[in-house]
Amino acid sequence: MLQTPARGGNRLLAVEGVSVHFGGIVALDSVSFDIAPGQIAGLIGPNGAGKTTLFNCLSRLYRYQGGTIAFDGRPLLDIPRHGIAAAGIGRTFQNLALFRTMTVLDNVMLGRHCRTSTGFLSNALRLPRVAREERATADKVRELIAFLKLEAVAGKRVSELPFGTQKRVELARALASEPRLLLLDEPASGLNHEEVDALGKLIRNIRDRLGVTVLLVEHHMSLVMDVSDKVVALNFGRKIAEGTPAQVQQHPEVVEAYLGASA
Amino acid sequence: MTIKPPVSADPSAMNKNRIIALVALLLIVCALPFMVSNYRTFQLTLVLVYAIALLGLNILTGYNGQISLGHGAFYAIGAYVAAILMDRFGVPYYLTVPVAGVVCLAAGFLFGLPALRLEGLYLALATFALGVSMPQVLKEKHLEHWTGGVQGIVIIKPDPPFGLPINQDQWLYYFTLAVLLVMFLLGWNLLRGRVGRSLVAIRDQPIAAEAMGVNSALYKSLAFGVSAMYTGVAGALGAIAVQFVAPDSFNIFLSITFLVGIVIGGLASIPGAIYGAIFIQFVPNIADQISKAAPWAIYGVFLIGFMYVMPTGVAGAVRIAWARIKRKTGGAGPT
Repeated sequence: MLQTPARGGNRLLAVEGVSVHFGGIVALDSVSFDIAPGQIAGLIGPNGAGKTTLFNCLSRLYRYQGGTIAFDGRPLLDIPRHGIAAAGIGRTFQNLALFRTMTVLDNVMLGRHCRTSTGFLSNALRLPRVAREERATADKVRELIAFLKLEAVAGKRVSELPFGTQKRVELARALASEPRLLLLDEPASGLNHEEVDALGKLIRNIRDRLGVTVLLVEHHMSLVMDVSDKVVALNFGRKIAEGTPAQVQQHPEVVEAYLGASA
Repeated sequence: MTIKPPVSADPSAMNKNRIIALVALLLIVCALPFMVSNYRTFQLTLVLVYAIALLGLNILTGYNGQISLGHGAFYAIGAYVAAILMDRFGVPYYLTVPVAGVVCLAAGFLFGLPALRLEGLYLALATFALGVSMPQVLKEKHLEHWTGGVQGIVIIKPDPPFGLPINQDQWLYYFTLAVLLVMFLLGWNLLRGRVGRSLVAIRDQPIAAEAMGVNSALYKSLAFGVSAMYTGVAGALGAIAVQFVAPDSFNIFLSITFLVGIVIGGLASIPGAIYGAIFIQFVPNIADQISKAAPWAIYGVFLIGFMYVMPTGVAGAVRIAWARIKRKTGGAGPT
């Protein structure tokens, strides 16, 4: 799928020298890498390497003390937390962050919040444009629900659904905002073997059919190596390797980080 | 063979059966003042007043998850705005209601801004402080010229307009009912679309809501404002119905009673506001009839009994009962 050329040149996301510390603990130490439009990038590293910290910087949940992050050439710090979705960054969460009392349909509709605009007064008066916007939202959302094969549970509360299905709902909700960059935080965790296989295909589908650039944090090595165009490896908050899956897999520091820890 | 109606594109639209049920209910509600005494009509007017206040609190606490132990303060502000406008400025009673709403909208929004920094029980304490201080503020010497101090303000009961052949109590009932219908329609609209979803999303999972683009600070403050506006409108209507405002009728107990009302009626439920209003209006009376010596103990028994039998409030119990009836009749009722 063709994309309009990005403002940031060949860098949709540019992370440069980003550092985060909590008190005396350094969570990220001058990490730099970038992602080209249309890439699937994998972010790997042992527990505590700083992967989720980096994700939370990208969502503006954490402040970073040093360095810069630019999305499509625009400094992330210029965007408020609730503006990130509209800017084009969507995400899922490591331990699921669904709206538990809401239905699947409503969860995904909420995902379109940043693409809709009616406010308190127009909603209370149910102006024609509110009804129109709701219909358009519902139509878009139904397409996504079909894309993720959630039709059968669309009217169910998400808290009643099995874990694997809830993860698909979260993905649908993230895609509803029409992101240009999709952040997936351990999408394979808690899934069984077949579900992981299906997930790999799905991630590629999201890139190929929807034209979305993907950054995924994942422990499931075969999945990361299988779907990623490039892989970034972190350990103790530092970047230790970057390259194609094959390059990173053979990188001595990566091997040590994964095997050395158990030795 | 019956023709299946096309699936509505608007997921929140009401189905036909519900509309028929609502119209039937409305006819009964309209007939009530002709079937009961004037005193009962007055009590039913207060039920309507409380229902509006409870819907307001439910928007804030039930839907948006911000606990308020001080909504009696907004009720008081609404009541005093209405009373002062009528008493000092000769404003007609029906105009005082929207003014009270606007004043409380502003007051609620402004109170909601600092409240953004507080969550859960800390917010409960901050609102408690508001509720507990309100009677003393109303007694304040410098405000006495307006508020009438400890004495309060007496309001004249309005006559029915256009020479309608009904008495004052009946007229006030219909006037309040009309305001309630407007407020509930606005509330239903607000809660069934984009704004309602966002309010619930903030309650369920605030971090994800922001990540999806919800401006949480703005929505929470506006929810506070809207909630206070409902309660203020109710306060104005209550003042007109009772024909009297005095500081001590708006003590902290009123705030807690409102919270009792939304929990018993059903959190995050629009009809729950009505069930809750019936409870807070009539259960104290019933308790008083059962035992003159310890009415609040009886009230407590009722409270615990309701929570035990209907853990999701009356609205939740009604919903479950409906679902059961539908299943028993083989799902005959079109949904």
